[in-house]
Amino acid sequence: MSETLIGKRIPKMDAPDKASGKTRYIQDLEVPGALHAKILRSTQVHARIVSIDTRAAKALPGVHAVITAADVPWQRPIGVGKDHLPLKTDRVRSLRDEVAAVAADSEAIAQAALKLIRVEYAPLPVIATTQQALAPDAPLIHPEPHGADSSAHLKVAGSPVAFTGKPDNVAMTFDYAQGDIAQGEAEADVVIEDVFRLHYVTHCCMGVSGVIAEFDPNGNLLLYSNTQVPFLHKREFAELLGIDPARIRIIQPPIGGGFGSKLDIYPFEPIAIFLAKITRRPVKLVFTREEEFLASPTRQPVLLKLRSGCRKDGTLTFRAVETVHDNGAYTSWGATTPFVMMQTISSLYRVPHCKYHTMAVYTNNPYAGSFRGYGNLQATFAVEAHMDKLAEAVGMDGLAFRLKNAQDPGEITPQGMHFKSCGFKQCLTTAAGRSDFLRKQAENRARWSDPAPVKRGIGVASMLHVGGGAKIYPSDGCGTILKLDDFAHVTLMTGASEIGQGSETVLAQLVCEELGLPLSAVTVVNNDTDITPWDVGVHASRTTFIAGNSAIGAARKAKKKILDAAAAKSGKRAEELGLSGGFVTSASGERLFELGKFLRSLHFSDKADLVMTTFYYEPPSRHQDKQFKGDVSAAYAWATQVCEIEVDTQTGIVRLLKVTGAHDVGRVLNRLGIEGQIEGGIVMGQGYAITEELRVENGVVRNPNFRDYKLVTAPEIPEMDVSFIETMDGEGPQGAKGVGEAPAICIAAAVANAIHNATGVRITALPFTPENVYRALHGASEPPVWNAA
Amino acid sequence: MPAKCDIAFSLNGVKRELTVPAGMSALEMLRDRLGLTGTKYGCGEGECGACTILVDGSTVNSCLMFAADCDGRELVTIEGVAVSAAGERLRDAFVANGAVQCGFCTPGLMVQASHLIERHPGADEATIRRGIEGNLCRCTGYRKIIDAVAAAAKEKSHE
Ligand code: FES
Ligand code: FES
Repeated sequence: MSETLIGKRIPKMDAPDKASGKTRYIQDLEVPGALHAKILRSTQVHARIVSIDTRAAKALPGVHAVITAADVPWQRPIGVGKDHLPLKTDRVRSLRDEVAAVAADSEAIAQAALKLIRVEYAPLPVIATTQQALAPDAPLIHPEPHGADSSAHLKVAGSPVAFTGKPDNVAMTFDYAQGDIAQGEAEADVVIEDVFRLHYVTHCCMGVSGVIAEFDPNGNLLLYSNTQVPFLHKREFAELLGIDPARIRIIQPPIGGGFGSKLDIYPFEPIAIFLAKITRRPVKLVFTREEEFLASPTRQPVLLKLRSGCRKDGTLTFRAVETVHDNGAYTSWGATTPFVMMQTISSLYRVPHCKYHTMAVYTNNPYAGSFRGYGNLQATFAVEAHMDKLAEAVGMDGLAFRLKNAQDPGEITPQGMHFKSCGFKQCLTTAAGRSDFLRKQAENRARWSDPAPVKRGIGVASMLHVGGGAKIYPSDGCGTILKLDDFAHVTLMTGASEIGQGSETVLAQLVCEELGLPLSAVTVVNNDTDITPWDVGVHASRTTFIAGNSAIGAARKAKKKILDAAAAKSGKRAEELGLSGGFVTSASGERLFELGKFLRSLHFSDKADLVMTTFYYEPPSRHQDKQFKGDVSAAYAWATQVCEIEVDTQTGIVRLLKVTGAHDVGRVLNRLGIEGQIEGGIVMGQGYAITEELRVENGVVRNPNFRDYKLVTAPEIPEMDVSFIETMDGEGPQGAKGVGEAPAICIAAAVANAIHNATGVRITALPFTPENVYRALHGASEPPVWNAA
Repeated sequence: MPAKCDIAFSLNGVKRELTVPAGMSALEMLRDRLGLTGTKYGCGEGECGACTILVDGSTVNSCLMFAADCDGRELVTIEGVAVSAAGERLRDAFVANGAVQCGFCTPGLMVQASHLIERHPGADEATIRRGIEGNLCRCTGYRKIIDAVAAAAKEKSHE
């Protein structure tokens, strides 16, 4: 019998090339004859464009085209909200706004040409905060009707998004309710209320954004793109160009990091396409790091007011949340994070009565996109702070209080989520047990009055996230094509994109497991829309679950076909046969046929037909209805993380020493890969909590470089102790659930609780930089206040 | 016309002669002129380590070095490291320990780590962490990179 591959430490298939410097990322691709493009961005945060003079730039030798909105009158609005044009017409609404673009023989010439473009602006008042945006007499950032031509994604049946009326600066509102909040308040013995402020951060993919666009003489577009959503974006690009989507082919070269940043179409992509169309040459456009900081999406800043209550015995009775999201100047996925936030608010713990109201508000700031964990970091930060505070108020320890309110398997929440597999309580007890949480918590607390300046703290937080896809689009499907050659070589063509997370390897593993083949027998093709089957993109931690089930489906078809043929040939019953170690085997493990030879014999017969297809249509999940109720995922992932910190009360420096995590992942498929996802997520969460902040002042990003935007470096990472809770989800591929986003979600919340445990001070604004922490500890900062109009 | 410089240097063991603009960085020369794209642009400001190369046996951020200053020097890039015996061992350690995700930081880290191990065979955890401090990775959380370097360093010290 060949050994199972499931749960083993399987190295990534693409790792040897990557570690040798052989992998060609989009930045490394040279298309013969390509021109190099650069974008002229606004120098004003908010202004009318009075005039643009491109004559000098056009006259520069080596310049092939200089375009402004006037050159592409046929351009159409892009993005989730369809509220901005790639090249701005009469107005700029943020500092990143695209005013003109150049295609030239070299990047240096394109850069020089940008300097020759003269733009005259008439400044408009800058709206730098949501509070200013909501003031009754605030100038309108989108005076024209906005949101009217909403994205197709949001127009899907039962789309719950309310595009608010004009004139105002509100991009979107969301309202959700379950139970009766007044009753919940009446039943509560303890009620608390706090305001939390969550800050701006950005993805910082190590590979900057880039695209190459090329038209053939028939007008077919070939796009080299790092999109995480190739198939749906084909359609959007087609709409933009007024051509048939079938005439667009997207090739996805290896990507230097995704994390949700490539889920929308951003102006640079259409601009490269316009330039390619106008010059009839391939056009390559690659960002500088500074541009990447200024002009890629962010995690959205949120002001959040949370009111919660529980009975004396620790039973939660209600939770009421109001949030204001800084949407930035345009509407991308950032505006829709309330979908995720409300899941945490309504369903991480059992809360009978819930109310949630949010507004995504236009400002002249950078606009928010989707970023790993998507709304959940913000919601969890607030909810888990209150879990600690309520526990304390009723005299319970934080663990018992959480266990009392934690979800159990089988629960269907008032929001309609059905937790078929749920290891939440094991996550809590495992993480708390392994970290000796209760003992350390009590010890740290006992030292509050110690004079020593450096204090220790321990804090816990948990999370719930979709782990079986997410029904955001009308379908959540993913296709697979499996091709079996002689020599028992298998080509797996999948709609699922590889973004560094290791999907390629996991999918190959799942196929090999069915076919009894070694990983070396599989080639994965996953990056060309002309070849790969349809898929809705890499998001919502869905790939292992959805693409995995799809791949297994194809592999099982192949297996059946092979075994049927082997049965006919051997005279045994197909049910008695198996595939193992590269052979067709009998029930007793006897090797009947060597698989390569056997497949060859099929190919030389009239029975080959050795191309399988399957689609995983549909996972058993449903769209939310207009009230945001519905079981949007086929499975849900759970995790608890305990963070141990040290805080120097004299400097405000917080050091994350140890993270003890327990993750309900359904089942571990690739131990090496899942550990990598979790460790990477923890450290990303650490950055969110402690080191990172995109500082935006009056619409200006003040720190667009790694010197001033601090990513965590190797010496700072915590000790990590990660346990896996294997609940064997009934629908998951081999029992697995999605995990990509989970590990980043609760770190900030757990660190906040740990700082409180160390110092007795509860800080409700992120990040925990030395300055912010010092001020909070020494009473030199005001906690955030609810100042939404 | 920007000033040009004639330079002669050794690149991965092969002698090269080139005329480069005075303002060109070593990174641009490697990537755009010589087609060695293993060395990555991550920031262009000496902050991320994606462009790390060896110059006369020391690691350098090639984005901060002028191509003109390569004159008379010995350059080794990831393409050179990857085919050395030590580099292959290190690559195998990166692969086996799961140190690679998107892989964009990996070439810079491979070069940095090969240098570290050369200088500190048997390096301990703290030395490794310090040694790769200048290399940013957004995917892995560094844990598995540290493990990979430690494994390769241990192997080296047993040689
Ligand atoms: S590109 Fe040279 S250090 Fe970042
Ligand atoms: S593996 Fe992606 S940046 Fe390090």
